[in-house]
Amino acid sequence: MMRHLISAADLTRDEAVRILDTAEEMARVADRPIKKLPALRGRTVCNLFFEDSTRTRISFEAAEKRLSADVINFAAKGSSVSKGESLKDTAQTLEAMGVDAVVIRHGASGAPYRLATSGWIDAPVINAGDGTHQHPTQALLDAFTMRRRLVGRDAGIGQDLAGRRITLVGDVLHSRVARSNVDLLHTLGAEVTLVAPPTLVPVGVEAWPCEVSYDLDAVLPKSDAVMMLRVQRERMNAAFFPTEREYSRRYGLDGDRMARMPGHAIVMHPGPMVRGMEITAEVADSDRCTVIEQVANGVSIRMAVLYLLLGGNESDAPNPRTEEK
Amino acid sequence: MDAQHSTDAARPVLEAPDIARALTRIAHEIVERAKGADDVVLLGIPTRGVHLARRLADKLEGITGQKMAIGSLDTTMYRDDLRLKPARTLARTEIPASGVDGRLVVLVDDVLFSGRTIRAALDALGDIGRPRAVQLAVLVDRGHRELPIRADYVGKNIPTSLRETVRVQLAEEDGRDTVLLGLKDTAPAGEQ
Repeated sequence: MMRHLISAADLTRDEAVRILDTAEEMARVADRPIKKLPALRGRTVCNLFFEDSTRTRISFEAAEKRLSADVINFAAKGSSVSKGESLKDTAQTLEAMGVDAVVIRHGASGAPYRLATSGWIDAPVINAGDGTHQHPTQALLDAFTMRRRLVGRDAGIGQDLAGRRITLVGDVLHSRVARSNVDLLHTLGAEVTLVAPPTLVPVGVEAWPCEVSYDLDAVLPKSDAVMMLRVQRERMNAAFFPTEREYSRRYGLDGDRMARMPGHAIVMHPGPMVRGMEITAEVADSDRCTVIEQVANGVSIRMAVLYLLLGGNESDAPNPRTEEK
Repeated sequence: MDAQHSTDAARPVLEAPDIARALTRIAHEIVERAKGADDVVLLGIPTRGVHLARRLADKLEGITGQKMAIGSLDTTMYRDDLRLKPARTLARTEIPASGVDGRLVVLVDDVLFSGRTIRAALDALGDIGRPRAVQLAVLVDRGHRELPIRADYVGKNIPTSLRETVRVQLAEEDGRDTVLLGLKDTAPAGEQ
């Protein structure tokens, strides 16, 4: 297993499947009266959030606490960062405090990579979203949700998503979720199609391991999963597309469009949803929509990642008595 | 694991009929001590303990005519050496729908050695529920306990030296039933 989790592109197929399989076991803990495992007892994890995020931070915090880790939450707002402290100084402070892992969310693409490779800190670094670059645990929880729904809960163990056709719809340009998903789904053997207005397709997308289409209706009938991306309302009247209605008409998912999808196909959304524009209430509330499941699966995936990065010790020589009874 | 390599140097101490007989005897002992098997839950410890628990359940069903509650209990997260080695892959924990509260839980494993796996299993069990009592059934007890733990049902006591390895092979996992006694120096890592 790798030492840090910076990008979904860094994961091999086997590493990704191992994370999904571990998450499947972690998910069982949520069904128990005592939702806690002692795996990270005595370890300290710092959630370093330079950018606001409630959902991801709470998800990581729940995962850390279920593994019995000690949790330090650090929000840049109101901290020394707002007084001008650099990432390097913050990292060295954490290192001096003996933090065992850092979960970092940053508005600048590449900040987690810098933290992991600069030598400022020795602990494993987990990227919880950086700029428009990557959000690997989101991609993993999406893949986990797809595998559960499309392959099966128990039948899915050890399996990837080979041959499944996944469509990502919406603001690909600004979406780290889209980037991470394309990387991971490709690694897992799925065929990915991006559907977006031409203005929201990034330059250089030809080099990505996926197809690009501007016509949602043509892609829907051959999709096993359709993932709607969030469109930020603040960008609505910028030059990206004429009006909200126009976007909704061409790229929104409503009941009619959902009916054109194959019977087994699911609708996904990383949240928060903008109802009425990118997705109608009818679709969002249907049992084919996995938004709530994705949230629950997020905790299991983050537990799996934390356990695999922190649960053991790579540096020690293997003990000949690996199965002491 | 490299089966071929280890079997070259290892000597079989139990063959398939011996293993079957030992399990039959354990099944009868369980019924006798529990005065029936009404509230018994068998929990196998992965990997081979789960297969043994399944075989014991079949035998118990034969004796009592009742369906047995059976599951598996992974101890990985509760091990005291978790931090000393690379992260291990988790195995399956499956608790029967009836739960373990107020029941007699019989933990089933292939080899009892230091006792640390069983300690971890007891901790794991404590997070799942509160059994009326917990008992331990093992196919082989090879001694060298590091904790005050004792098995209630033992298929065979095999006194060993610490230089020796005991390896249980079961048809479900390894294609045949046998217990092999070998020497550590010649055996690949990953054995007990």
